[in-house]
Amino acid sequence: MKTRVIKFLKRLSIVALAVPALALASEAHFEAAPVSTDPSSLQNGAKLFINYCLNCHGASMVRYNQLQKIGLDEKTIAENLLFTGEKVGDMMTVSLNREDAEAWFGTAPPDLSVIARAKGADYLYAYLRGFYKVKTEARATGWNNVAFPSVGMPHVLWDLQGVQTATETEEHGVKTLKLSDAKGGALSVADYDKAVGDIVSFMVWMAEPNAGTRKTIGIFVLIFLAVFYVFTHKLGKNYWKDIH
Amino acid sequence: MNGQMVDNERRTLILATSAVGGAGVVAMAVPFVGSLAPSEKAKAAGAPVEADIGKLKEGEKMIVKWRGKPVWILRRTKEMLASLETVKDLLADPESEKSVQPTYAKNAARAQKDEYLVVVGICTHLGCSPSDRPADGNWKGGFLCPCHGSQFDFAGRVFKSQPAPTNLEIPPYKFLSDTRILIGDDSGASREA
Amino acid sequence: MAANIYPKYQSDGSRLGNLLEWFDVRFPLTSLWRAHLSEYYAPKNFNFWYFFGSIALVVLVIQIVSGIFLTMNYKPDGTLNAAGIPVAFASVEYITREVFGGWFIRNMHSTGASAFFIVVYLHMFRGMLYGSYRKPRELIWIFGVMIFLCLMAAGFMGYLLPWGQMSYWGAQVILNLFSAIPLVGEDLSIFARGDFVVSDATLNRFFAFHVIAVPLVLIGLVVAHVLALHETGSNNPDGVEIKKFKDDKGVPLDGVPFHPYYTIGHDLPAITIFLFFFFVVFFWPEGGGYFLEANNFLPADSMKTPNHIAPVWYFTPFYSMLRAMVWNFFWIPAKLWGVVAMGGGVVILAFLPWLDRSPAKSIRYRGPIFKTLLAIFVVGFLILGFLGAQVPEYCFFGLSWLPGAVIAQIFTVYYFLFFVTMPYWSKIDKCKPVPERVTFK
Repeated sequence: MKTRVIKFLKRLSIVALAVPALALASEAHFEAAPVSTDPSSLQNGAKLFINYCLNCHGASMVRYNQLQKIGLDEKTIAENLLFTGEKVGDMMTVSLNREDAEAWFGTAPPDLSVIARAKGADYLYAYLRGFYKVKTEARATGWNNVAFPSVGMPHVLWDLQGVQTATETEEHGVKTLKLSDAKGGALSVADYDKAVGDIVSFMVWMAEPNAGTRKTIGIFVLIFLAVFYVFTHKLGKNYWKDIH
Repeated sequence: MNGQMVDNERRTLILATSAVGGAGVVAMAVPFVGSLAPSEKAKAAGAPVEADIGKLKEGEKMIVKWRGKPVWILRRTKEMLASLETVKDLLADPESEKSVQPTYAKNAARAQKDEYLVVVGICTHLGCSPSDRPADGNWKGGFLCPCHGSQFDFAGRVFKSQPAPTNLEIPPYKFLSDTRILIGDDSGASREA
Repeated sequence: MAANIYPKYQSDGSRLGNLLEWFDVRFPLTSLWRAHLSEYYAPKNFNFWYFFGSIALVVLVIQIVSGIFLTMNYKPDGTLNAAGIPVAFASVEYITREVFGGWFIRNMHSTGASAFFIVVYLHMFRGMLYGSYRKPRELIWIFGVMIFLCLMAAGFMGYLLPWGQMSYWGAQVILNLFSAIPLVGEDLSIFARGDFVVSDATLNRFFAFHVIAVPLVLIGLVVAHVLALHETGSNNPDGVEIKKFKDDKGVPLDGVPFHPYYTIGHDLPAITIFLFFFFVVFFWPEGGGYFLEANNFLPADSMKTPNHIAPVWYFTPFYSMLRAMVWNFFWIPAKLWGVVAMGGGVVILAFLPWLDRSPAKSIRYRGPIFKTLLAIFVVGFLILGFLGAQVPEYCFFGLSWLPGAVIAQIFTVYYFLFFVTMPYWSKIDKCKPVPERVTFK
């Protein structure tokens, strides 16, 4: 009888597991971003992020001195990454006026503190590599993006990547955009991808600066619970040995 | 405990399980208790602050906010400094033996440079901020706490028979130049007299 | 069991003993201990399904403790800070980034919310498997349904507090359900929000309900649930009453003291569940986007609805029922039918004790009709849950002849038919003979 219930439960749990699997099968995917937790990548990402992104976007929930967690010391942060007048204890805010920004870009540039948890690293990686040149009659900024059609933001990394163009191809009635190789950038395609990978890695770190600590502590907690399991199991067995 | 025979193995297991479980509870309490400590925000707000004392005239006091507390910077006149010696016998702790200050301020003037008194303007009794009380008759000048009447001299030293137990606290500080003071950080600072 | 039938504690003369005796004279300390733990006799044949009640209690404690500590730093404020971020949203990030251990407390609370529902759904399903709601345990079951409603209220209101896009638009949609009520509906939904849209006023009242009002009611109901259980005694996987056979001291022959036999555990210590729980807390806090939804990491914006909004996973089966109602009939518009289906889906559970007429309580002795219909019920409920998280035009495997909307309608109808027709089929089902005593090993 017991085995029958167990069999029934097993079948149930298979169904329960299959349901989320169906959900995964139906989602669109971007190419996987090379997210790294290596300090040199994160530091390079931080430098690029602060130089290119932080002019318009804030990361107002991140404090500069938190960058110590990716291996930078206070002195380096103060000397290399701060704008004049800011302190290492300040938040990574932006001086751009929100109303001006709305007038220029149609929408205020969103705060990027937790954007990696909202959009996912793969999206950010595709987005930062997905800008292509269009006529200014089509888009006022002269740029569009394969990951974010009709994007309001111009390509701020274009001096690094160079210029891509897109051609529309049609296959079985499905239209897809194909990007040309970038031309005229300071970086090769591989180096640009690496740089964008570093920025994305930094943004992933920034979205949850304690993720590393979380996982390290987690291992100890699970080991502790496993040990505790052994003790309670043995004690339980000891009590139950008298029950018939 | 339950009126049963507790065999040895069971007793060992109960002790071991309780010990492991107890350790787990203590570990679990760490983040909860720790969350009560000042956060990164509070620590950043409590970072050292700079004060420009270039425009401070003799006898003038300025107030700087450090960790949310008023820190007074008083540029003392010769008369004020002289009064420190005359009131000495009336003080509860003239040598600052029981009071809180960095070693470079454990002297009669309670300062790195005699001219400048840098002191936390919070009464050591129950935390009110004393007010200035200029010299008047027998009173040589100093501070008076409005809450319970504790009196202090121009070095923040408390007079005898007052509610306040010790002298006003001296924060860590250092001179960045002749006109700039950093409050909250005293690395490399020493008594200059 | 009346608390006063136990003799008072007699000191052995030690200082601790004297203190205990002094205390016991003035407070029913040892009698409470004995009535509810050391001399509460639970059937010895519990299987792992019987863990989830105690575990739900532990999760409640986790939620209360972590909630108290979150409240110390959370700010229920929908206005924008200097950087243009809503204060409430920023305060949650502040907790996870800048407060020592804050990320842990927050993950405990968010994982705890999902864990609560997983445990409670399994606990309720246990009741259905073994007929735990049957006479004389109807009140336990009804208190349980009320606890479930409270949990849904707590979950719904708590989900607004992070003030992300999903918080905001989820609350907007659910509060608009009031507007389906004829005549007063529109005014009622404005009244519930305290504004024309979900706003700071809504956030503040949800905060008050989430941290004070609902937990108070919840704790009261949990006490009632446990007291009622200890009055009748626990059911068991055989669905037989252990109180029928007692020894000369009045102790049920098939019972074991709840403490220590079930507090420590049997084959499978309760810690197993916490291995899963802490695995999620430390390694998988987003729960694949189901426990913490990606769009909720975007601050609430009343001008922009995310492309795809779905409630948190634990509401999706009932949300599917809401969406499944697309027909106007009996002069009642579909919108109102949706609300009725959603509410009715929960409320109908309370009638289960009177709908089930089977001679056997436990699935072990029930017939093929029950087993088949229950299996379909479970699969249907899971599919409703899955579909509730999808866009309305979702099709299984992308096949246009497997439209999610129609399948949701089929299983919604099935869900209600399962209950409504139960008095009929539970009576005619061919049950096996139920033993007198529990089966053990």
